[in-house]
Amino acid sequence: MDSWKDNKLAFGVLLGPPTFWLVVFFTLPLAIVWVYSFGERGPQGQTILALSLANYERAVEWIHLGIIWKSVWIAAVTTALCVIMGFPLAMGIAFAPRRWRNPLLLIVILPFWTNLLIRTYAWIAVLRTRGYINFTLEWFHDKLDRLFTLVGLPEIMGTFSPLELLYNQTAVIIGLVYIHLPFMMLPIYASMEKLDRSYLEASLDLGAGQWRTLFSVTVPLVMPGIASGLLMTYILSLGTFLTPNLLGGTDSMMIGNLIAQEFGPSRDWAFGSALSFLLLYATFIILWARATFARRGAASELGI
Amino acid sequence: MVASPVKDRPTPTEYGRKRWMQVVLLVNFVFLYFPIVALIAFSFNDSKRNIVWKGFTLKYYEKAFNNVSLHESFINSMIVASISTVMSTILGSMIGLALYRYRFPAKPAFEGWSSLPIVIPEICMGVAMLAFFYTVEIPLGLFTITVSHIAFTIPFVAVVIRARMAGFDKSLEEASRDLGAGQWQTFWNITFPYMVPGIVAGALLAFTLSLDDFVITFFTSGPGSTTFPIKIYSMVRFSVTPEVNAASTVLIVVTLALTATALAIQSRASKG
Repeated sequence: MDSWKDNKLAFGVLLGPPTFWLVVFFTLPLAIVWVYSFGERGPQGQTILALSLANYERAVEWIHLGIIWKSVWIAAVTTALCVIMGFPLAMGIAFAPRRWRNPLLLIVILPFWTNLLIRTYAWIAVLRTRGYINFTLEWFHDKLDRLFTLVGLPEIMGTFSPLELLYNQTAVIIGLVYIHLPFMMLPIYASMEKLDRSYLEASLDLGAGQWRTLFSVTVPLVMPGIASGLLMTYILSLGTFLTPNLLGGTDSMMIGNLIAQEFGPSRDWAFGSALSFLLLYATFIILWARATFARRGAASELGI
Repeated sequence: MVASPVKDRPTPTEYGRKRWMQVVLLVNFVFLYFPIVALIAFSFNDSKRNIVWKGFTLKYYEKAFNNVSLHESFINSMIVASISTVMSTILGSMIGLALYRYRFPAKPAFEGWSSLPIVIPEICMGVAMLAFFYTVEIPLGLFTITVSHIAFTIPFVAVVIRARMAGFDKSLEEASRDLGAGQWQTFWNITFPYMVPGIVAGALLAFTLSLDDFVITFFTSGPGSTTFPIKIYSMVRFSVTPEVNAASTVLIVVTLALTATALAIQSRASKG
């Protein structure tokens, strides 16, 4: 690698234009939002620049704290479900015969290449009152109804009322798990694939059962992968906007939706900016934690 | 691994060959595929109710293709994706190459900063772009969408280019210089041809990201600058129709084809 001083012209020509673009069209916009976050909402919904922490104080008022708490909770449940599903999935693929691993991995990643909006829309079609699940239930209901009529018990089943599966918190969590499963599964798989299997065999040979081997040997050994997946999934679910927007109802508004609302219909950009930066700070803290874990994981691999 | 004593029975650690594990995999795969497969299947269904299979038809594709506003939004998406891909491929390649080649003060900080658009929540970037264009009084439209797309796709291209350059043999450049070629000539004859597979893969990635983006576009688009995902969003909000399924299927196929091409180019380049 050369020092930049060896060829200042080439260095400047290479790094100048992209740096300019990212400063003007990325960093400056974020800086504007940061400045706005200390401002006030004017009577016509314009933003008056000021130096107050009122917006940050408002964010921790009960009504908003509820939404923030809900986001934290939804993201936590999503992350937990992702690890419950993603861990066995990663294990199944990592311990599959070698020639099967890449095809199986591809099967998991393939839906991931589909547009986020479309994947979310697909769940609307599954969960809505006239969706696939309710349709299947109705079909069974009708069959049973006919059966009971045949044996002389008509109308014991009543009329079918579809389940309200969409526009609630459960639907949001299902959608988020669906979208983020690969983010959990891939880092776990990466750790598990490198795992030295002789440790597991030693544990089994020495009399530990499969469960004990799993929790005392396998899980601690793939911990860096699990930690990375947990934090990645958490970060992504916490900052989500589209999933609760399409699948959620009034009970499942998250920080992202609140930000969108402040920048949209409520037109209180100053407050929206403060929320936006709270979300950014949370993201940075989690990223920092992830980097720390990754460093520690790398260090323990080297036997330090 | 220990050789299995009986031929077809898995050894204790061959979890992948155990029946219960195969059931776990199957359940996960059904979860991952059921919604998308149903969506695609019902785009061919000859029934408005979109739930009972009534026979194969292409009429919803015809309807989607003849839907003028859907058509316009697709063209808008293509315009935005094409321009932003060209720009972000050039700018991203420059960052990737510079990070590969030079040491400079505060390099880790620069690397972290330049990859921020990858990691920050999309909603934060979306509202930031909105606030920016409002402050500098640029009306929202295709221009503002394109500018934002360039900003968030640059780091993705840079990552791809850097990965490509990691396998570059620097002695080729030195040989070229020793043999009397200038800096510029060396770049075009030696370095650039090596970069090409990375550039193509990065460009395809940028194109796909731009074509797929919803959240950032949502905040930077104005009246008359509807992109394909925005149009699908507004259709989805009203109802689930086979026409939306057909339009979605088209987008799925385009994205899959682009991503598969990008991966194929990358893996061939890393082998060669």
